[in-house]
Amino acid sequence: MRDVAIIGVSQTKFGELWDVSFRDIITDAGLKSILDAGIEGADLEAMFVGNMSAGLFVEQEHIASLIADQAGLNPIPCTRVEAACASGGLALRSGIMAVASGYHDIVVSAGVEKMTDVVDPTPVISTAADQEWEVQQGATFPSLYAMMAKRHMHEYGTTREQLAMFSVINHKNGALNPLAQFPMEITVDQVLNSTMVADPLRLLDCSPVTDGAAAAVLCPAEDAKKYTDTPIYVKGSGQASGTLALHERRDITTIDSTVHAAKRAYKQAGLGPKDIDLAEVHDCFSINGLLAVEDLGFVEKGQGGPAVEEGLTQRDGQIPINTSGGLKSRGHPLGATGIAQTAEIVWQLRGDAGKRQVEGAEIGLTHNIGGTGGTAAVHIFSNSKN
Amino acid sequence: MKDIVRGWRHIPQRYNLIGSKCSNCGEVNFPKRVICPECRRKGKLEDIKLSGKGKIHTYSVIHTPSDDFKILSPYIVAIIELEEGAKITSQIVDCGEDDVEIGDEVEMVFRKIKAEGEEGVISYGYKFKLSK
Ligand SMILES: CC(C)(COP(=O)(O)OP(=O)(O)OC[C@H]1O[C@@H](n2cnc3c(N)ncnc32)[C@H](O)[C@@H]1OP(=O)(O)O)[C@@H](O)C(=O)NCCC(=O)NCCS
Ligand SMILES: [Zn+2]
Repeated sequence: MRDVAIIGVSQTKFGELWDVSFRDIITDAGLKSILDAGIEGADLEAMFVGNMSAGLFVEQEHIASLIADQAGLNPIPCTRVEAACASGGLALRSGIMAVASGYHDIVVSAGVEKMTDVVDPTPVISTAADQEWEVQQGATFPSLYAMMAKRHMHEYGTTREQLAMFSVINHKNGALNPLAQFPMEITVDQVLNSTMVADPLRLLDCSPVTDGAAAAVLCPAEDAKKYTDTPIYVKGSGQASGTLALHERRDITTIDSTVHAAKRAYKQAGLGPKDIDLAEVHDCFSINGLLAVEDLGFVEKGQGGPAVEEGLTQRDGQIPINTSGGLKSRGHPLGATGIAQTAEIVWQLRGDAGKRQVEGAEIGLTHNIGGTGGTAAVHIFSNSKN
Repeated sequence: MKDIVRGWRHIPQRYNLIGSKCSNCGEVNFPKRVICPECRRKGKLEDIKLSGKGKIHTYSVIHTPSDDFKILSPYIVAIIELEEGAKITSQIVDCGEDDVEIGDEVEMVFRKIKAEGEEGVISYGYKFKLSK
């Protein structure tokens, strides 16, 4: 197996992008990543695209062909990867495996979702849950995470305010991210008084409905310096599966797939939670941010609430979480999120994160979840080769 | 349309709350599985009719449903831990949104789940209510 490096990344503006289409945003992201890497389109050997549901959001399947075609990349192989909201993380992993194995030298891993072309995205998002035994019973996607939150509050005494704090910190970071969908600061009071979505989760606990795309260019680590002075190295890549339905979990307040994916990524990297300087975690709902902080091993099970309250996860805290604004403030175009997280970590490790920069960041982690945890992908990156 | 087809396929399971039990480890699953997730081929799965009695493990009150369930809003969805050990997602009915708590005892009732589209085909199934 060869080591792999990231030599270019990009992200489109996230938001309700009425004036551009699915094909526009993914082509834009792809082109910008190639520019960032300083390579030619002709250097590319393959492309992997994460996308959850173009079929239901824009009534277009076979998007891999569409994208290669639109980007002028025919005839290189382009492959769509789907694992609900973890599609992007898996597209990244597919690219890593393609380069590590020696099948390809330079590949693009991208992600895209156009969610605002449908009137009601709720039933589409619900397809990430168990259609037959959760959704048909009336459960919505936010309500599944709400049930995790309710149980976490019951078992560990996590407070409504602690959940709100997670959103507040995200928005504080996101306010400094020009590509974020909601780049404004919010207060705990605003969260607690926002519209009820699924008790105990309110509007400002939820990631929004977002259009956007992101892309990353990968190559063998040994070649990376040919293209850039600041390659970012992939140290670990872990993926794990869990039950599709939340009710079948051993423990509703632990996402086992996160635990397993993290274990694999840490092992491959030869690192542990204490070595991580900053992380982008999958806070599709505030509760999932807390669960991630616990399940990735940054704090003990049940201590996510107090950790957030004490400021551990702030940009100047012990383990800065979601310097990009996270899914909450940056936005969550499902299939693009895993790649957008990667872009943020790459910018941070290069020292290119502007006002959001975490000083001296060397090792970063991304955590991407599909559904309520049926899939998890965890990646670890470093700005030094060894 | 899709819902009608799969609704029919699962009528016996839905109406009678039929799960499966592993002969090797004793674990009960609802809905039925083809193989035991723990023992795989070592266990043989048999149908088990669940009593429909259990406790609320966690719940949420939904205020932003999809169109299919809009008429019910706000309504309670819960994960119920059944006596036999399996957990199940279902609505809690016949009570106010503030009346339920984790740990409350509940029992299954047979109810209309939703009317499907224009044709108005009605699907039925299980919901739960608080036990007295
Ligand atoms: C939370 C949710 C239900 C809100 O949808 P909604 O009630 O239809 O909200 P609307 O689109 O009507 O927006 C109402 C206002 O709130 C804003 N808004 C919407 N979602 C927001 C969010 N998450 N954060 C901050 N503001 C938000 C809108 O911009 C709008 O502002 P305006 O009135 O100034 O124009 C929806 O965003 C949602 O379903 N989010 C979850 C997405 C999800 O499940 N993703 C997958 C997770 S893995
Ligand atoms: Zn078994």
